[in-house]
Amino acid sequence: MSEVLDRKVVADDSAKVDSDVAGRAAPEVTKGAICIDDVVKIYDPDGAAVMAVDHCSIDIPAGEICMIVGPSGCGKTTLLNAIAGFHDITSGSIHLDGELLCGPGKPEATPGSDRIVVFQNGALFPWKTNLENIAFGPLMAGKLSKSEIYDKARSMMADAGLSGTENNYPGEVSSGLRRRVEIVRALMNDPKVLLFDEPYRALDSLTKSVMHEALLEIYYRNKVTIFFITHDLEEAIFLGHRLIIMSSRPCKPKKIVDVDIPHPRDYSVLTSSRFREIMLEAKGVVHEEAQKAFDAGEKEG
Amino acid sequence: MHDTVLNTDAATSQGPEVTTMGLTMYRLSTWLKSPRPYLMFIGFAIVLGFWYLAVEVWKLPRFEDMPGLTEVFGEWFNKDPIYGLSVYTPEYYTHIGISLRRIAYAFLLATGLGVPLGLFLGWSKTFREFIFPLFEVLRPIPILAWVPLAIIIFAGSESPVVFLTFLASFFATTLNTMLGVESIDESYSRAASCLGASRWQVFRHVVIPGAMPYIFTGLQISIGVAWFSLVAGEMVSGQFGLGYLINTSYMMVEYPKIIIGMITLGIVGFASSAMVRVLGDYLMQWRVRELALGD
Amino acid sequence: MKQGRFIGKLFSRATLRGLFAIAVFILIWEVGARSEQWLGFRMPYLGLIPPPTDVAASWAGLIGDPSYWQSWYMSFLRVFGGFLAAMAIGIPLGLFMAVNKTFYGIYFPTFEIMRPIPPLAWVPASIIFWPTQELSIAFVTFLGAFYTIVINVLGGARSINKQYLQAAQSMGASQWDIFRRIVLPATLPSIVVGSAVGMGITWEVVVAAEMISGGGSSGGGAGGGLGFFIWSSYVGGSYEQIIVGMISIGIAGYFSSELLRQLGGFFTPWLKTR
Repeated sequence: MSEVLDRKVVADDSAKVDSDVAGRAAPEVTKGAICIDDVVKIYDPDGAAVMAVDHCSIDIPAGEICMIVGPSGCGKTTLLNAIAGFHDITSGSIHLDGELLCGPGKPEATPGSDRIVVFQNGALFPWKTNLENIAFGPLMAGKLSKSEIYDKARSMMADAGLSGTENNYPGEVSSGLRRRVEIVRALMNDPKVLLFDEPYRALDSLTKSVMHEALLEIYYRNKVTIFFITHDLEEAIFLGHRLIIMSSRPCKPKKIVDVDIPHPRDYSVLTSSRFREIMLEAKGVVHEEAQKAFDAGEKEG
Repeated sequence: MHDTVLNTDAATSQGPEVTTMGLTMYRLSTWLKSPRPYLMFIGFAIVLGFWYLAVEVWKLPRFEDMPGLTEVFGEWFNKDPIYGLSVYTPEYYTHIGISLRRIAYAFLLATGLGVPLGLFLGWSKTFREFIFPLFEVLRPIPILAWVPLAIIIFAGSESPVVFLTFLASFFATTLNTMLGVESIDESYSRAASCLGASRWQVFRHVVIPGAMPYIFTGLQISIGVAWFSLVAGEMVSGQFGLGYLINTSYMMVEYPKIIIGMITLGIVGFASSAMVRVLGDYLMQWRVRELALGD
Repeated sequence: MKQGRFIGKLFSRATLRGLFAIAVFILIWEVGARSEQWLGFRMPYLGLIPPPTDVAASWAGLIGDPSYWQSWYMSFLRVFGGFLAAMAIGIPLGLFMAVNKTFYGIYFPTFEIMRPIPPLAWVPASIIFWPTQELSIAFVTFLGAFYTIVINVLGGARSINKQYLQAAQSMGASQWDIFRRIVLPATLPSIVVGSAVGMGITWEVVVAAEMISGGGSSGGGAGGGLGFFIWSSYVGGSYEQIIVGMISIGIAGYFSSELLRQLGGFFTPWLKTR
């Protein structure tokens, strides 16, 4: 409890950097650096081409929570799918820790358990219990014995406060809890990167804020690189080390905002003056892009 | 503080264990308390009463030739039936048994071939592009139009009937299984491949369970059309079976047996589709539990 | 749009593949059917049926035959007669069951108990009851489509979003207005689906009824219809004509369903937007 109070103080006074906090911040992580270099994605290259991603370059250091902010349908998900290996890119390259995922000579990455996606509407298998869902990745890999896998799954569930729901089906538990199970399912595979595709979009704002704190909690325990797509600016600033604001179609970084509020954070950050300043700085750009996207939608519709 | 928030959420979301049995009992008791069973009884009384009065009391034109209510039930439960068929004669069970055996052969064969075919059709786009048009070309031909061809191709009287019944089930099962695979949200297979599942593992852990609800809808339809074609097949060719019973009773002018055959068909048909439903619920516990929460 | 062309491109490849598979199918059939003559041994099953070239030749001979087209006409007449009767009775009944709980409670269980009895099991009873054979065929045809239409209409009307009804009420709509402007259009998609399925069943039943009644004692070409055409071809031993009859019914059934789908699309324009 006292630790929590400490954090609040820290959050309010951004100038003071607690040594513990500094130690927990991004740089300590050594794996999971993503390098997106000059990526272009055009759908249907020889017909009426639609450019979804336009010469996009982003460098994400290992262990960073990188928030990709942009209007709906601007092509952010296209970028995420390319990293995950769900479809190819037209040109450019994507590296993970110096290893080529896709690029010259290799247009399409193959999905792998080093990069795990948490989907917009959730993709827990409804026909498997929460425990079976969480154990899924290691079971597929087949490196550990069944009992080892289930023991690990149980202990990870306990760590995330999910004990008691092991034998429930995802359809039986609340949507907020489902999201947490999904994150734990991803972490079971010791991924280098977690790719979030607007995972909290369908949640109400109260549940959302609980989920944000829970996500940070998990992040502090298992440092991974997080590539997080959202169009909720408050969510982006609260969670991220850095905001990359994307232009409306085609998708391209328009402005990068560093969030210099130290981690660990809790909800009190939302009322801090620094938070409001960053909000102000980002809001104008985001709104302009949203307006562009809206107008474009009007024309198409 | 974070932890307390997490834990309460987790605790409230796990409800009491829902069992199929308990749920059934609960539903039964609410059903009995509602007006529904009594209205249902009124409905039956109206239909049976009209049947009785129209045929045996008022002797309305056209109705007078029909077998009456008391005549049919008198015959059905008669230890010494006038036309030689009642629940006490072994012949009655021979007819039921033979129809059931044909249905079982045809249905199992159709499921055994149709489900895998449908799964592959839905799973592999290339396979679907080759095979599905052929399937669509053959499908509009009514099953009954195959009757003479089936008689020509298959020797004897048994296999044509089973073939017709199989064909009807096969189309329904395959089509629904394919639709089931297509209905699976892409993010499930993407999630599985993200988590390191191979293409085969995706098929085994995502495609098959994901298509399950549609497969069972397909099997429900399949068993319905199986009875439909079985009756037609038995009426045209074949020996024994409920369809045959109905048709020969007409030829022999033993009218009460027609109605006995029809009612028996209704009961057996209903029971077989109920069995498919129960099996489906058993295999898809996750759906049963989700639906239970919705109540 | 752009996507339309993309799908169009895909479709052409899919079409080629489909045509290829059908061509292979016909080739196997031809070879199988002529195996005795070409290969010196009779292929199992396939060797017993007439080859597609003979079927085509036989069909070409029938095109000019008015009695063949008379069969088409008779079957269509029966299908649409039974089908329209099923719509005329089934749709109001389904809607009424959806609106009136008491009626639903009284009638629905009876309906559900009758439903598992296959329509064809009604044939003899129907022949006994109705004065003419034509009426008894019509009745069985009607039954085939009736159950499906009622179930779909009922399901559609019961699943209407309650908020539509509340919105209409808050705008001062009367009960009749709600029925006419909300319940009826909201049920239309289910009516279309039910009708399409019902149409398929109707063809099944008509074919069977024509075969059963024609194959029975009554005989005579007067009853006619494509089902009878098949059966008399079988009895007369002209096996090519059986297949001509099967394909004809396939085409007739397909066009009836397509007609319904187009008609359904015309009556439910709001479903097209997506």
